[in-house]
Amino acid sequence: MSNPAPASALNGAAFTGYANIREIGPLGMITLRAAPDVAGLAAAITAATGCAIPQMRDIETAGDRRAAWMSPDEYLLIMPHADVPAALDAIAKALSGQHHLALDVSDARAVFAIDGMAQSVLAKLSPTDFAALGPKEMRRTRLAQVPAAFWVEGAPATVICFRSVAQYVFDLLSHAAKEGTQI
Amino acid sequence: MLTLTCPYCGIRACETELSPGYEAHLKRFGPTSTDEEFEVYMFARKNPKGVHFERWRHTYGCGKWFLAARCTATLEVFGTYPAQVSQPPADIIAAIIKKRPDWKGYA
Ligand SMILES: [Zn+2]
Repeated sequence: MSNPAPASALNGAAFTGYANIREIGPLGMITLRAAPDVAGLAAAITAATGCAIPQMRDIETAGDRRAAWMSPDEYLLIMPHADVPAALDAIAKALSGQHHLALDVSDARAVFAIDGMAQSVLAKLSPTDFAALGPKEMRRTRLAQVPAAFWVEGAPATVICFRSVAQYVFDLLSHAAKEGTQI
Repeated sequence: MLTLTCPYCGIRACETELSPGYEAHLKRFGPTSTDEEFEVYMFARKNPKGVHFERWRHTYGCGKWFLAARCTATLEVFGTYPAQVSQPPADIIAAIIKKRPDWKGYA
């Protein structure tokens, strides 16, 4: 039996409003957990993504790859879906013998792009202080009742959430982006 | 609305991004303890009107547990600090005494 082609949670669902919501992906995602002082950590992140190791709350970008700071001992690495196995190999090599965990979590999440007034949409759903948001910050927060994270750097803005709540988050974003409800 | 700054990621989180963990700095008594010790560990809480130390988890953020010193009567926050300590650090104590000079201290 061959593996089925990877599919996103909502088959690319889209909504048109004062901001446009589009499900994207599937994206490759790797959770990398390691204490910040582990030797080779920065090299592992660069080997997997081409990005510098992100500072607190930041998300670094190199072409179609990203590296995000999740917590003091956790990073999220984002890349094309097909590139995950090679990235895992690169991490294993760079962190050989060091205490760490690297796991393919691509199928655990759904990803949305918000084209247009993303801040207006997100501010309705999350208690984020947008004035305090750093220029390349990935804000981990909640959208209504579920955990999510977003970054607004560049356009469109990107939202990630757990795949199990993909429909809920798509409906939230779509409702918040309805024409005529701009704030 | 309570706003606490997570000492691990620096976010000024509103309480809807946090989960409460109740009183901080409890000493755990486990299976080899006496019934009295275990009862105190399980049930006896300071529950003060005034300065209080609590555990909070940045659930909708970095996921870490941290500790906070605040006033239960006014919701004033004196400070937050990492959880890897068994009693409030000196700078937190100083911040409390500055605002509550007649505070009896942490005991
Ligand atoms: Zn935090």
